[in-house]
Amino acid sequence: MTVNPAPNSFRNGPDEQGRFGIFGGRFVAETLMPLILDLEKAYAEAKVDPAFRTELDGYLKHYVGRPSPLYFAERMTAHVLALAEAKGGTGGAKIYFKRDELNHTGAHKVNNVTGQILLAMRMGKKRIIAETGAGQHGVATATLCARFGLQCVVYMGAVDVERQKPNVFRMKMLGAEVIPVQSGTRTLKDAMNEALRDWVTNVADTFYCIGTAAGPHPYPMMVRDFQSVIGHETRAQMQEAEGRLPDSLIASIGGGSNAIGLFHPFLDDPSVKIWGVEAAGHGVESGQHAASLAGGRPGVLHGNRTYLLMNGDGQITDAHSISAGLDYPGIGPEHAWLHQMGRIDYISATDTEALEAFQLCSKLEGIIPALEPSHALAKVVQLAPDLPRDHLMVVNLCGRGDKDIFTVAEHLGGM
Amino acid sequence: MTTRLAIRFAACAAEGRAALVTFVTAGDPDHATAQAILHALPGAGADIIELGVPFTDPMADGIPIQLAGQRALKGGQTLRKTLAMVRDFRKVDAATPIVLMGYYNPIYVYGVDVFLKDALEAGIDGLIMVDLPPEEDAELCLPALKAGLNFVRLATPTTDDKRLPKVLQNTSGFVYYVSMTGITGGVIASYDAVGEAVARIKAHTNLPVAVGFGVKTAADAAAIAKGADGVVVGSALVEKVRLSLDGAGKATPATVPAVTDLVSELARGVRSVRKAA
Repeated sequence: MTVNPAPNSFRNGPDEQGRFGIFGGRFVAETLMPLILDLEKAYAEAKVDPAFRTELDGYLKHYVGRPSPLYFAERMTAHVLALAEAKGGTGGAKIYFKRDELNHTGAHKVNNVTGQILLAMRMGKKRIIAETGAGQHGVATATLCARFGLQCVVYMGAVDVERQKPNVFRMKMLGAEVIPVQSGTRTLKDAMNEALRDWVTNVADTFYCIGTAAGPHPYPMMVRDFQSVIGHETRAQMQEAEGRLPDSLIASIGGGSNAIGLFHPFLDDPSVKIWGVEAAGHGVESGQHAASLAGGRPGVLHGNRTYLLMNGDGQITDAHSISAGLDYPGIGPEHAWLHQMGRIDYISATDTEALEAFQLCSKLEGIIPALEPSHALAKVVQLAPDLPRDHLMVVNLCGRGDKDIFTVAEHLGGM
Repeated sequence: MTTRLAIRFAACAAEGRAALVTFVTAGDPDHATAQAILHALPGAGADIIELGVPFTDPMADGIPIQLAGQRALKGGQTLRKTLAMVRDFRKVDAATPIVLMGYYNPIYVYGVDVFLKDALEAGIDGLIMVDLPPEEDAELCLPALKAGLNFVRLATPTTDDKRLPKVLQNTSGFVYYVSMTGITGGVIASYDAVGEAVARIKAHTNLPVAVGFGVKTAADAAAIAKGADGVVVGSALVEKVRLSLDGAGKATPATVPAVTDLVSELARGVRSVRKAA
């Protein structure tokens, strides 16, 4: 692809219209527009208020359990070294895991939810709504709502309710109301439609806590900012461990919040190579995948312009991934822009590759990863053997695999 | 430039009544039946037609219009076919204004410039785009106005006096007041509040103000028609389509009359009240 001339910085977006290049924006119904402008203003004020930062940092440390460790994955490193040697190479990068699966609630989602819930309370909102796919964002939202005594309603596609039962139960235990969404394809995109329908109906008291770095401005920016704690910690931790910056970063992408959180603080360090891994499902060429950049085109959905999976008439088509968390026909607008600018290399991993990496990581490191980061791990195993031995590679282990054991067992034919 | 919308609203005003604006989804339940409904609407009493462009993800619509869109898409409806429906309609009716209502993505994917050219040639008068607020005017609103199409904006209960001028700035044809915070097919809580809101908007603009969302019966239509220049009915009409289908979801001989009977009732409702001056 053609690479556009690099801007002075990759970290200045979005502009005042909420755009990253042509991507992003505020494509919402007029009813929601005043609410989005209010949110933008409230967030801008909170962002520069040291008291908000202090409060957020306090909860991230004592409630979420941050900072998450940057862990040297010694046996995974030995494994890729052996792979390199087996094909006569001399490479084999040094692999580090950013352990966001150790957060309270088991994934990176809670970083963003903690920020948004504190903001909601600052705005005087008492009722929180959220959409969820795999259920991790729903669980994180239900958790923070329980902690602060807020009403919580989670929209979840009826298909996902069925395949992610443990998380549905967790949300209910935490006091949230889980509403199975029967419209459309009954998955994450329809859950988001239904949450927007709720918000447009309950404008006065309701805060919409979006789970990924997508949606109308200011959500992509705000979610990125809250998730950037991952990248900021990684910078400091790698400095401490190795005395320098990492050479590469890799993370899986559905909407892309864990990835942008790790990547954003490094975007202006040209020595840091960055890979985003989309879900290729049964393979991009099969048409059954969730790789919006590899298999989609720019369009407008859920408040923003970004790459979408759709047909020639602009109708959104079904995504497919073994991972419910990546099963979304779009991607955050900042990723769409970084793809266009050529700053990040977006690749993809299939269901089968992710399943193999899931087992490999479990056996080599004693860490059962979620299916989402298993997509990134699958590419680590392919890329690292060809990188030099002094190459420092960080993979975002953004969630743990407890929620996925039934899905995996089903695919592997029982265990 | 005098547009079909301006001429029709002026004609209704001259009769001392509000205009009846009927919404149906293009291609619902199938292309041929939808075409027959479209042709029958003016005779049944529709003054202005809103033609819904089906979309897979209609974020501002309630279940009736969601289902109508799904039926149309299942039947193979596309934006191209919707334009063809209007082209065929114009062969028999040169006066009834047609406004396309929907979401931006199908038009964006079609290509804005080509779409505007094709829409004008087909005989479309205006556009209502649910997910294009004034903040995104450069996308379609300004090019549409430049091309000579009306761009009808939605004003809502959350559009306060401070924001209203921004919403009205590039609006043309009429202003569509959304009667409630909510999705299509909801329930109007207070006719008085709607009346006050219409008066508030009329203080800011000379454009006709039509009210939609939640108007289901002739009585609803009459209540709204007292203060508004237009009454929009949608969900109730596409529900008539749904209820007329056979067990396999196919159109029956009852489908077209089911819609036109309700349109006739609504037209009587609108005509039963003289609009406040």
